[in-house]
Amino acid sequence: MSLRRRLLTVVGIFGAGALAVLLWAPTVGSTPISLARAFDTAQPWADNVDAQIFFVARLPRVLAGALIGATLAAAGVVLQALMRNPLATPFTLGVSAGAALGAMLAIALRLDVGALGVSSVPIASFLGSLAAIAIVYGLASSQKRGLSTNVLLLAGVTLNSFFSALILFVQYLADFAESFRAVRWLMGDLDVGGYGPIVAATPFIVAAFVVFAMLPRALNLLTMGEDMAATRGVEVARTQRWAFFSASLATGAAVSLGGPVGFIGIVVPHLVRLMVGSDHRVVLPAATLFGAAFLVLCDLVARTAMAPIEIPVGIITALIGGPFFLWLLVRQA
Amino acid sequence: MLRADNVTFRYHAGTPVVVDGVTLEVGRGDLVGILGPNGSGKTTLLRLLSGTRQPTSGRVLFDGQPMARLSRREIARHLAVVPQETELAFEYSALEIVLMGRHAHLGLFEVEGPRDYILAREALAATGTAHLEERAFHTLSGGEKQRVVIAAALAQASDVLLLDEPTASLDLGYQLDIATLLSTLNRDRGVTMAISTHDLNLAASICRHLVLMRSGRVLASGLTEDVLTPEHVRALYDVDADVHVHDETGHMTVVPVRRLRP
Repeated sequence: MSLRRRLLTVVGIFGAGALAVLLWAPTVGSTPISLARAFDTAQPWADNVDAQIFFVARLPRVLAGALIGATLAAAGVVLQALMRNPLATPFTLGVSAGAALGAMLAIALRLDVGALGVSSVPIASFLGSLAAIAIVYGLASSQKRGLSTNVLLLAGVTLNSFFSALILFVQYLADFAESFRAVRWLMGDLDVGGYGPIVAATPFIVAAFVVFAMLPRALNLLTMGEDMAATRGVEVARTQRWAFFSASLATGAAVSLGGPVGFIGIVVPHLVRLMVGSDHRVVLPAATLFGAAFLVLCDLVARTAMAPIEIPVGIITALIGGPFFLWLLVRQA
Repeated sequence: MLRADNVTFRYHAGTPVVVDGVTLEVGRGDLVGILGPNGSGKTTLLRLLSGTRQPTSGRVLFDGQPMARLSRREIARHLAVVPQETELAFEYSALEIVLMGRHAHLGLFEVEGPRDYILAREALAATGTAHLEERAFHTLSGGEKQRVVIAAALAQASDVLLLDEPTASLDLGYQLDIATLLSTLNRDRGVTMAISTHDLNLAASICRHLVLMRSGRVLASGLTEDVLTPEHVRALYDVDADVHVHDETGHMTVVPVRRLRP
């Protein structure tokens, strides 16, 4: 099958699946609601509990889940190609933790004010992820054959504990009241509190995806090594710079919105590769759509498993992703 | 066609030079062997010729134009490289690998069209790997992998191929397969080639010209039959060797006799 047809088929199937999940998820929850009542404009808004649950509690959450899931999955695909290692993800490399530190600092220092309609939290978060990625990139480029799994995992563990310590320090200095919210957010939580944060993060995510869209064929070649890619016509340094920059931007925006939700960037790309092969022109859109559906479904479990208690979604993704990661590690060795 | 003009290269400032004042010319349709012991600078010289590294001094000219001024894309349309070994981080089929050779011929969002598939399948056929098209690359044997990578290089650019130790990791049968393939591509398709190798007999059997390198310098260069002498083998490898024309193949053959302790 030619690539064009494969791409159409895959986007069609994954797109339909993601759409179905997105339409279904807001109708499900701890409180049963009537869709007819929720969309009944004859009812005054203040009295319409169903509409409030649907539009205020659930819909922003589902939208945030879709956006974050899609973004982290796509960033995972890009980082894996760059590091030439299927275990590289925003989470395992410590990039999410860097982004979380940036966001925490912005919140704790009360820089949370918008300038020209742009919130500073996604920007601080982006700077944090950029710093983390610069460190990993430095390590990767000092190695001849990309980042070996050992170096990569050690670097990730080190960066994660380094940033975690700084996050705890920031938290320690911050108010107790803010602390509880921060803890939830640090676990990865989609209760973003309305449409505002989603709107604030969207431009960054869109910008990142515009860059992602230009990368896939070069990413295919980069997985064969830098020299090989260069002789096949890839401007290696320029492509790497754009890829790292856009992956940082994407991770920063996603983390500023929902906290460092873990393991999306490894579970989703891996499952997608099993289904569609390794051509990044197919993997990237498929992982984006699958990631959106996957995180929304995880959040559905988080919302309903122990209802009325809502578990932070990061715990659900960790419960799935942790064992999955270990399985991959064993299989790779 | 491809010319190095007094090129010198060191990987980092302060480290020893790896290539030291090398001048060489690879003419159109030529098959040049770059011979030398391990660490003689052959691989680095190929990197300079492919433009993935820029010389510290001197320059490389491709069709009369300085390599440094050409984009990777422009170079890739005419010149392809085959590395000693290819390791992939992800699974691709043989056909996918060969189609990746078309990268420099496609626009940013363009996907491979019928013509690219025809060229890719022709390249697979030319390297005797058409039957492996659907196979996952990592399941192929060393010799099959090397032939698929040569096919990818052919699909990319059939003007000039640079091959780095193309047979170093292969057993005798595959070595002979690759040697025959390269020789055929050069003779029948006029592919210009430069091959780095430490295998004297491979070089003797297929190369028209030889460049002998030791410690980053050119020791001798010229027609294979003129350059491949016992004196030169001794100077290159510190080995006394018997060089004669093999009765059956008609190639020059080098038989190492004794190691000379320096």
